[in-house]
Amino acid sequence: MTEDAKIIAIIYDAIDEINELLPAEQQAQKSLDAVLVGQAGCLDSFGLVNLIVAVEQRVNDEFGIALTLADERAMSRSRSPFRTVATLRDYIAGLLKEVADA
Amino acid sequence: MPERPTMLITGASRGIGRHLAEHYLAQGWQVVGCSRGPFETEAENYRHYCLDVADEPAVKKMFGEIRGQLGRLDALINNAGIASMNHALTTPLATVTRIMETNVVGVFLFCREAAKLMQRRRFGRIVNFASVAAPLKLEGEAIYASSKAAVITLTQILARELADFGITVNAVGPSPVRTDLVAGVPAATMDRLIGRQAIRRFGEMRDVANVVDFFLRAESDFITGQTIFLGGV
Repeated sequence: MTEDAKIIAIIYDAIDEINELLPAEQQAQKSLDAVLVGQAGCLDSFGLVNLIVAVEQRVNDEFGIALTLADERAMSRSRSPFRTVATLRDYIAGLLKEVADA
Repeated sequence: MPERPTMLITGASRGIGRHLAEHYLAQGWQVVGCSRGPFETEAENYRHYCLDVADEPAVKKMFGEIRGQLGRLDALINNAGIASMNHALTTPLATVTRIMETNVVGVFLFCREAAKLMQRRRFGRIVNFASVAAPLKLEGEAIYASSKAAVITLTQILARELADFGITVNAVGPSPVRTDLVAGVPAATMDRLIGRQAIRRFGEMRDVANVVDFFLRAESDFITGQTIFLGGV
């Protein structure tokens, strides 16, 4: 499995976990272009916090790296890295590369 | 994975932290403790980590191990704290930084990481350590008292932010208890301080444990954001 595929699997697994807590109309979809946050997003701030925590824990389990996804850089970007599943995948891949290159 | 409830205590190797560790071990908890120094014990349900509470990588590693090996965290007792009595004009900035890192940064870091673990089971109890130094505005304790005022505010706000996760956040504010923390304070100063309490005596370990017991009770699920001071301060 490629690293990208592993990250997608992590995000989908985290979505499964948080969907158990969310009402049907707020459930996140498991597709690359699923919009997570923003005007068309399905997650409110509570759902996003849950997703971030669930993803961080799975990244730690899978890669053995304790990433902090919601840091100042993430929050100050004009386009949120949490906007869609695909942007979140790219963001995590970038953070993992930074750790590997360090 | 243990079926017994799991508790994490910071500053567990001595003083109030050690007393609480032994108190909850005797009640059947699985206790994880941490401190800068080791904790010698034969207790089967105790594990210890030597770390600085403001060392983010070490703290995150410990929480990762708790999650992987114990699978749950029911309670966090943020007991670790340091003090330094000094007039503001002669307090080195290094002392200010050291106190704030342990008493504020460390508390925040542990609350954040503990809540991440607790939210999975939609249950958690966090008890922070404030101090009567904050409401009494103790001269000579400007930085320590300020750090504890920060803990009180942090407790109140985290109580709101974490309520939806089923986590309560409260604080106990001990009056002076005979521990290393107050060992260097002159007797006359201590007498004056105790004289400002409604009940004029030193606090005992059991007084602190009593308040923590109250916050941890299952029936205390409607109690959050509160600070209980000992001695009637």
